[in-house]
Amino acid sequence: MEILNRTKKEGDRTLLDDLAQKELSRRKFLRFSGMAGASALVISGVGLTGCVRDDDGSGTDGVNLGSGDIGILNYAYALEQLEAAFYTQVMATPYSGMNALEGEYLKDIRDHEIAHREFFKAALGTSAIQGLDVDFSSINFSSRDSVLATAKAFEDLGVAAYNGAGKLLVSADYLTLAGKIVSVEARHAALIRDLISNGSFADLASLAPLGANTANALDGALNPPQVLAIASTYVRNRIIANNLPTS
Amino acid sequence: MNVHNLLHEIENVDPEVYDRLDSRRKVMKRFSFIGKTLALAAVPSALGSMFNKAYGQTNDDVKDVLLFAYLLENLEAEFYKGVVGTFAAIGVPAGPAQGALTVIRDHEVAHVAFLKTVLNSLGVTPPVYTAASFDFTGGNGSRMGPFAAAASNYGVMLAVAQTFEDTGVRAYKGQAPRLINNNDVLTAALQIHAVEARHASHIRQMRRNLASGSLVPAGVTLQPWITLAQSGIDTGNAGANAAIQMSYAGEEVVSQATVPITNIGGAVISANEASEAFDEPLTKAQVTAIVDPFVV
Repeated sequence: MEILNRTKKEGDRTLLDDLAQKELSRRKFLRFSGMAGASALVISGVGLTGCVRDDDGSGTDGVNLGSGDIGILNYAYALEQLEAAFYTQVMATPYSGMNALEGEYLKDIRDHEIAHREFFKAALGTSAIQGLDVDFSSINFSSRDSVLATAKAFEDLGVAAYNGAGKLLVSADYLTLAGKIVSVEARHAALIRDLISNGSFADLASLAPLGANTANALDGALNPPQVLAIASTYVRNRIIANNLPTS
Repeated sequence: MNVHNLLHEIENVDPEVYDRLDSRRKVMKRFSFIGKTLALAAVPSALGSMFNKAYGQTNDDVKDVLLFAYLLENLEAEFYKGVVGTFAAIGVPAGPAQGALTVIRDHEVAHVAFLKTVLNSLGVTPPVYTAASFDFTGGNGSRMGPFAAAASNYGVMLAVAQTFEDTGVRAYKGQAPRLINNNDVLTAALQIHAVEARHASHIRQMRRNLASGSLVPAGVTLQPWITLAQSGIDTGNAGANAAIQMSYAGEEVVSQATVPITNIGGAVISANEASEAFDEPLTKAQVTAIVDPFVV
């Protein structure tokens, strides 16, 4: 996968080789530079790609997003899985009174989120986390209010998540990719908000809990732990994010 | 500590050290202890150039991006200030339409003030822009450009607004990598970027909902997101259409980082949706060419 092969020097290196090399050298380097803290030790215990799988998610293990840029991409992949699963359900069991325009928009959004999810899955390859076990028991899919309120929450959270994750990325290429996606999430968020209440597309005061700043007209921005705390309502798996970069 | 030996040691444990020096800011942070023991002037020239590549233009990049953003935000702010001040002349209906345009104006004005504060904090005094700095007819100062009707035609005004918003989104996206070494400015830029995308989404809905004079070409379904390289605008003026199209060039891509998005993973994803799912960046040069007719 070209995207993950930025430092490719030999034609026959595989994606996994590159990732393994990257992780290995990072670990060694952290140790060398005397900056190896608890996170580096944890990484060394969980394999080269920093990715642990827990198929049922019920044990004490969990889904480990990993570290570095790969960890951030897995973080985005996790959120996109959530969104794609949600909209897939929305379109499988349309709420009562879904009109043609809403159906057209929600189908498009579903397809965009599936595209995002599948893109991350393909790009991450063997470093990708497993498919998450979603928990939508708090959502009433037959209710327009419930569905749109959840959609709004997901889209606004997604925007804040990408905005907060940008600074955690090392690769400019990944930053651009994240930028390509976050503006589409913001377009979704604005549309969903307008479906709920026309004109609320950029009600930044209501987004203050997600880090928005009304005075400067800045949208939300949250760190991964803040985002995952909110998203955990909708995921049965325990997501391990403590190896993600923090600055 | 001898720098040469130090780097040799680093190379032993991290074969990618030189790649990292070239492109990875996080590792540069981990190298920061070098600067504490040795001045950069003492570093061998080859190494110095690597450091220079990673560090040298960083602050200049940030300032340049902020000044560029400041121009674009002033363009938008002055545009919407003019719109809000002439609702009647343009024919903007009272109610939600005027409300939305007022909200957007307030955001753009806030962005201008915020960017000015950030620039000042970096010791930069940005140029002074006023309404007279811009020509919203797209006439490069002649005030007789192809978008002159925007001052008196609601549909044309919204078409210009959509183009400005979509361009703004793509402009910030294109500049973000230049901010990668400054977490605070990068995050703020991303936060502005998302607000512009929300504006674009709403303006597009406003255009779609116009009963007449929307300028949406027959056969095109205008949506809150960008489909292929479609502007969704036909002004009836070839020059104006060509100018608008510059803001959508490149949006048609259906492959990301060599991954084909159409029908990805066995899902039924059309080319339209594949293109919509990702907004594309514009370079500074592209954006400059787009806004040039609007700057006096």
